[in-house]
Amino acid sequence: MREKKKARGLIEGLGRSVVKIVDGVGKIMTYGSQFFYWVARPPYRWKLLFEQLYFIGNKSMGIILLAGSFTGMVMAYQVYFGFQIINVDSLVGVVTAISLTKELAPVITGLIVAGRAGAAMAAQIGTMKVTEQVDSLEVMGVDSFQYLAVPRIIATTIAMPMLTAMFNLFGNIGSWWVGTKALMIDETIYFSKIGDFMSLGDLWQGLIKATFFGFIISIVGTYYGFSVTNGAEGVGKGTNLAVVWGMILVLVSDYFLTSFLIRIL
Amino acid sequence: MNKELAISVKDLTKKFGEHTILDSLNLDVEKGSITTILGFSGAGKSTLLKLFLGLLMPTTGSITTLGENITKLSGVRLREFRRHFGMLFQYAALFDYLSAFENVAFPLREFSDLTEKEITEKVHGLLESVGIVERAYYNLPSELSGGMRKRVGLARALALSPDIMLYDEPTTGLDPITTKMVNDLIVETSERHAENKMTSIIISHDVKASLAISDYVAFLHLGKVVEYLPAKDFPKSTNPLVQEFINL
Repeated sequence: MREKKKARGLIEGLGRSVVKIVDGVGKIMTYGSQFFYWVARPPYRWKLLFEQLYFIGNKSMGIILLAGSFTGMVMAYQVYFGFQIINVDSLVGVVTAISLTKELAPVITGLIVAGRAGAAMAAQIGTMKVTEQVDSLEVMGVDSFQYLAVPRIIATTIAMPMLTAMFNLFGNIGSWWVGTKALMIDETIYFSKIGDFMSLGDLWQGLIKATFFGFIISIVGTYYGFSVTNGAEGVGKGTNLAVVWGMILVLVSDYFLTSFLIRIL
Repeated sequence: MNKELAISVKDLTKKFGEHTILDSLNLDVEKGSITTILGFSGAGKSTLLKLFLGLLMPTTGSITTLGENITKLSGVRLREFRRHFGMLFQYAALFDYLSAFENVAFPLREFSDLTEKEITEKVHGLLESVGIVERAYYNLPSELSGGMRKRVGLARALALSPDIMLYDEPTTGLDPITTKMVNDLIVETSERHAENKMTSIIISHDVKASLAISDYVAFLHLGKVVEYLPAKDFPKSTNPLVQEFINL
């Protein structure tokens, strides 16, 4: 009897969690759908868009350069010592390049941008919410979503593929440097294998994913900003949720995007 | 009241779930007047302010502002209609990333066809009219005192020459000198815009100041207006709640 009750409690708990997640995703999707209504409507605030592009894109370059280079270098080492066992170490370049292009660059860039820009969006909008700055926009007749969220969403969606391309570039430079200078793989073989096994579709796959991740991260970041209540504590909570859910959605959507894109590209 | 009305509220009820905040409330605000809405915390004053602005919609009842039933307006028209209002928030709600000048210029850049030169002239005029010294024009809100932030907030609210000015607890948290300055500013602003018949509505706890600066005082209790009198008659109210509030 007691075990039956315990099992029931467990199932109920699980059900509640599922309902909570579905409810949360539904709310975010409903919120995100506003973007398509507001993006086409004037006024177009170019200055705000470029400010956000500068913050999300340009100001993220340093960390992307660092993360990209070291990921490429580590990948080259790991692949080399694994492939050496079966005597295919000449494939280090191409395997690293494909991994970076299709998966590592968009996903790691997405996680970095979610941590950096997604958190900043939630904190900025959340602070404006608790200090009535969002209300003051509305009172003036300015739609707060159009003014605060739309430029951030467009900027992140544009910046993400660019940052991913940079991650790719520096990752491959790192891999080339370790592969040919430290592990002494012949440079001609290194590049010829990349030419033999890689296609433009691989590059597109990564960039399409990155664009989609940019959209998700900014929707989640701004959503949790607008959802803030209860002062400074609420801002902290909203920022935390923006980062956590931004990262979770990047990882989960990566699976579905991969299973779709791999069939068409 | 056989006078021109800025706002007319009829049988207004606002519920949040099961909780009734405003209960069949009726209130007429005379055009060109200064009307203060007093009440204990939780009486529904801030909710009423948000309903005036169309930021909340009533559960039942109507709000007619400048002859237009705002509860019937669609999203876009309601947003446009809000430009008839100016609002001074409790803590001014200035955009913290913009200077005092940029804050006041914001509504002009958004909604007017003025050139940059004209905007600069107008902003300087507005800041001067609320007593901001020139060296503070380009300071960020964090570099301004509480009183100065209120002045800048007022200048921003007046930028588009609103028909109705709303003041949300304008003197809460201010020292007595700054409180007097803000009250004087409200009266001066109302007098300066008297020819456009600008209406001022103040949400407050401050009985003394309300009686000194207002034409009418309404007392809100448990979601209803339980007393509404000319300011000079308000202290003589026979309502025990009003007397309790005045003598607190």
